[in-house]
Amino acid sequence: MDFPILTTMMLVPLAAAIACLFAGQASRVIALGATLLTFGLGVMLWANYEIDGAQWQFQEKYELVAGFSYALGIDGIALMLIMLSVFLMPICILASWDAIKKRVGEYMAAFLFMEVLMIGTFAAQDLFLFYIFFEAGLIPMYLIIGVWGGDNRIYASYKFFLYTLIGSVLMLIAMFWMVSEAGTSDIPTLMQYDFPGGAQTWLWLAFFASFAVKVPMWPFHTWLPDAHVQAPTAGSVILAGVLLKLGGYGFIRFSLPMFPEASADFAWFVFILSMIAVIYTSLVALVQADMKKLIAYSSVAHMAIVTVGLFAFNVQGLEGAMIVMLSHGLVSGALFLCVGVIYDRLHTREIERYGGLSINMPYYALFFLLFTMASIGLPGTSGFVGEFLSLAGIYQTSSLVALVSTTGIILGAAYMLYLYRRVAFGDQKNADAAAMKDITAREWIMMTPIAAVVLWMGVYPESFLAPMRADIAALDARLAASAPISDAALASGEPLEKAANAIEFEAHEGEGQH
Amino acid sequence: MLDFPSSFGLVIPELILTVTGLALLLIAAWVGDKAARAVAIIAAAALFTAGLFTIPGLHFGVDGPDSYAFGTLLKVDSFALFSKALIYLAAIAALMVAPAFFNGPAAASERGLRAEYPILILFATLGMSIMVSASDFMTLYMGLELNSLAAYVLAAILRKDQRSAEAGLKYFVLGALASGILLYGMSLLYGFTGATDFASVRAGLEGELSNGQLFGLIFVMAGLAFKIAAVPFHMWTPDVYEGAPTPVTLFFATAPKVAAVALTARVVFEVFGGQVQAWQQIVMFTALASIVFGALGAIGQENLKRLLAYSSINNVGFILLGLAVATPAGASSMLVYLFIYVVMSLGSFVALLMLRGEDGSLFETFGDISGLAVTRPAIAWSLLVLMFSLAGIPPLLGFYSKFVVFQAVVSADLVVFAAIAIAASVIGAFYYIKFVKVMFFDEPAGLVTGKSETSHWVLLAICAVIISPIGYLLTGSLTDLTNKAASSLFLAI
Repeated sequence: MDFPILTTMMLVPLAAAIACLFAGQASRVIALGATLLTFGLGVMLWANYEIDGAQWQFQEKYELVAGFSYALGIDGIALMLIMLSVFLMPICILASWDAIKKRVGEYMAAFLFMEVLMIGTFAAQDLFLFYIFFEAGLIPMYLIIGVWGGDNRIYASYKFFLYTLIGSVLMLIAMFWMVSEAGTSDIPTLMQYDFPGGAQTWLWLAFFASFAVKVPMWPFHTWLPDAHVQAPTAGSVILAGVLLKLGGYGFIRFSLPMFPEASADFAWFVFILSMIAVIYTSLVALVQADMKKLIAYSSVAHMAIVTVGLFAFNVQGLEGAMIVMLSHGLVSGALFLCVGVIYDRLHTREIERYGGLSINMPYYALFFLLFTMASIGLPGTSGFVGEFLSLAGIYQTSSLVALVSTTGIILGAAYMLYLYRRVAFGDQKNADAAAMKDITAREWIMMTPIAAVVLWMGVYPESFLAPMRADIAALDARLAASAPISDAALASGEPLEKAANAIEFEAHEGEGQH
Repeated sequence: MLDFPSSFGLVIPELILTVTGLALLLIAAWVGDKAARAVAIIAAAALFTAGLFTIPGLHFGVDGPDSYAFGTLLKVDSFALFSKALIYLAAIAALMVAPAFFNGPAAASERGLRAEYPILILFATLGMSIMVSASDFMTLYMGLELNSLAAYVLAAILRKDQRSAEAGLKYFVLGALASGILLYGMSLLYGFTGATDFASVRAGLEGELSNGQLFGLIFVMAGLAFKIAAVPFHMWTPDVYEGAPTPVTLFFATAPKVAAVALTARVVFEVFGGQVQAWQQIVMFTALASIVFGALGAIGQENLKRLLAYSSINNVGFILLGLAVATPAGASSMLVYLFIYVVMSLGSFVALLMLRGEDGSLFETFGDISGLAVTRPAIAWSLLVLMFSLAGIPPLLGFYSKFVVFQAVVSADLVVFAAIAIAASVIGAFYYIKFVKVMFFDEPAGLVTGKSETSHWVLLAICAVIISPIGYLLTGSLTDLTNKAASSLFLAI
C-alpha cells in the first residue's frame, strides 16, 4: 500500500493542533473533527491490515540527516495500541467540551499534539525516532496537568515530568550503546540481534528504569496518583488509557525481544514487584476517600497483572497482557469519565459527598456498573478475558505468582464494589448529590462506544487477538530459548487412543446386522 | 616563508573589522553619541561583510599548509572559519538589541546608546577572531586580551549603574588573574620546549611529560577554563551576567563562549594532542562538575539573568563533554552543540529583553513573568520552546545537540560518564520547567505590557524556528560543516 497512512494519521492532528492554537473557542469543533478523522483513518488502517501478511506493514522510511531515519511501520501489537489511542481521543475531546473554559485553544492543541506523539511512539521503527516521540509526550502532558489541573497541580506536574524524565534518559544512553554495538537503529533488526549476555543485564536495567516508571510498577508508581488526581478528566483518561501502555509496549517491543536472557534473569524481580503492587495498591485503593485516587491505584494493580503476564514467557501470558492493556485502557478511561461526569456537576471527587445516585441518575449508574464490573473482570466483559489469559499464562510459570495475583483480583473486586456501593447505592444522604441530573446526550455519546467495545472484547476477543497472534507467536519463539523453567512441572501424559468425544462405534456395530 | 599576499588574503575578515573599528572610533570621537545608531549599523554591516568572507572557505573546507598565515602565527582553517561565522552572527545580534535597551528607562542613567558600545563589540569580536585562528601562544594571548579588555569595559558600560560597575570590576580582576595563570602556563611551556608556536611546542612535548611540562599544561587549562566559565572557575559568571546590561550579557553568553571553547579545543588538540591522557581526565572532571554545579546552582535563583548564567555553565559542561571524548566525532558534536547553544542563548536573552512594562522598564525575575502565557502569549510560547530545548527534551533541537554529544561519548566507550552526565541533566530540567510553570501555570501578574521592537521579534522568531523541530532540516549542512571543521583540527594528530 503506497498511501502513507501512518504519516497522514499524524499530520491530521498536527495540522489541527496548530490551527487550534489560533482558533480560540472554535477549536473544540476543529479538535473533534480532527480526532474523528484520525479515528476514521485508524479504522481504515485496521481494515487494510493483513492478519496473515508480513510482520511489519504500512512501512514508510526516509533517511534523515540527523543520524537516524524516519521509519514507521506497525505490527499487530502496535496496531491495537494505535487503535486504542485514536478511539479514546474523540471521547477525551467530548469529555472536555464544557469542563474546560479557560484557554480552550491551547488545551485542544495539547491534546492533539499528544495524539500525534502517541501514534508516533507506537509506529516508530527507529530506536531514536521512538525515543523522540516517547519523550516528547512529556511536554503536552506537563502543560495539561499544570494549566488545567486541580489545586495541587504544580507539584503533580513537576513530579510527573521529572520522574518520567529521569527514567527515560538512562534508556537513551543504553540506546546509544546498542546502536554503536549493532550498527543500526532499526527496531526490527535490533529485535533479532543477540546482545552479549553481560551487556544485556545493563541494557535491560536501563530500559527498565524508563518503562517501570511509565507502567508504573511499585515502587515507582507514586507519581501516578498525584498526576491522575490533579489532571483534568480527559487528561486522566489519556494518562490511564494510553500513556501507561507505553511502559507495557516498551517491555513487549524492547526489553523482551532485545534482551531475552536478561529478561529471564530478572523475571523474578518483576514478579516480586508485581506481586507487591497487586496486593499493596489494592489495599491502598480500598481506603481511598477520593474517587480518582482509588482508580489510579487500581491502575497500578491492573498494570501489575500486565507485567506478570508479559514475563510469564508464554503465549497466553503475552496475549493476556496485551488484552489487559487494551481493556484497562478502555475501562479505566471510562471510569475516569464516570468520575468526571459527577465531578462536573458537584465539583468534588470525595466519595462521601455522593450516595444513592442510582435513584436520580439511573443511566449513569448503569454505565458505572458496567465499567465497575469490567474492571473487576466479570466474564462477558473485556477485563475477564485479559485477566484470565494472563493468570493462565503465569500459572504455567509459577503457581505462587498466580496465587498472589489472583488474590489481588479478589481485592480488586472488593474496592470496586465498595466504591460502587458508596456512590450509587444506599441513601441519598446529600441533597445536592440527589438533585443531580442524569447524563446528557453528550455523555451518552462518550459512554456508549466504550461500553460497546468493552462488551465486544469480552464476548468475542478474537477480533482483537487475531492481528496480534502472529507477532506474539514470533515473540514467544524468540523467548523460548531463555524461558524460565516452570514450577508447575507439567508432564504430558500418555495420549488417549481415541479423542475424548469419540463415539464408540464398536458398541453399535452389531445393530447394523439386524 | 612569509607570503604576504596570501596571508593577507586569509585575514580579510580581521582586516575589515580592524579598519572599520578604527574608522568608527574616529567618527565617534568627532561626531559624538549622536552618531551612535549609525555607528552601530556600520559595525553590524562590517561584521556581516566579514562573515561573508568566511563562506567560501567554509563551503570548500580549508586545512593543511594553505591555512597558515604569517608563518605559523595564524591558522585560518575550517575550524576557525566555523567559529568565526558563529561569533560574527552573535555579535550582530548583540548590536541589534542594543539601541532599544540603551535608549530605554533601564539605562536611564545614560544618555542613550553610546557610540563606544558598537566599537567595543567590534574590537572584542576582532580579538575573538584572532583567538580562534591562533596557532601560536603569542597570537593566542593577544587575541584573548583584546577580547577581554573590550569585554571588561562592555560589562561596566552603564557607568552610573552600581551593578554594572561591580560586574565590570569583578570581571576585570578575575579575568586578569586568569590571564596571569594562562601566561604562567605558557611561559612554563615555552621554558620547557623552547617555542611558542603550537607545532613546535607539540613536538617538544613528545614522550613522557616532565613535571614542569605537566604544570604548564595544567595552568594553561585552568586559564582557559576560567574564560569558558567551567567549574571550578565559574564563580564570576552569575555576578557578571546579572550585573552587566542585558545586551552585553547576551553577547557574553554567546560570542566569547564560542571563542573560548574553540580556543580550548585548538589548544588541547594541536598542542596537547599527543598527551590526551594528561588532559582528558581534567576536561572530563570539569565537564561533569560544570553540568552538576550549573544545574544545582540554578535551582534557587529568582533572577532570570542569574539563572541563565548557571544554565550557561551547565551547557558548557555538555560542550566540554564532547571535547573530552578526544575524537573527531566528539569535536564535531561539540561544534554542533555550540551552534545550537548560541541560538538558544540568543533567543532566551532576546526574550528577556522583550519583557518590558508600560514605560519600557525591563523585568528580570520570576515574579515579573508569572502568567506571561495569558498576557503575552507569543513571547511565552517562544520561551517555552527555548526552555524545553535547553532542558534537552525532544523533539526540539536542544535534544539533538545533547544527542550528538552523548552519541560521541558512548561510542568512545565512556558510558559511565555519559550516564552520570545525563542523570545530572535531569536536575537541570527542574529549573527550565520552572520557567514554563511560572509563565503558564501561575496567575498573571500583568506587569509585562510594553511593546517590543521589530528587530527583537525577528531575532526571537528566527531562534524559535531554528530550535523548533523544523530546525532538524538544518542538521544536515550543520553536521557537514562541523565535520569539516573537526577534521581540520585533527590533521595535526
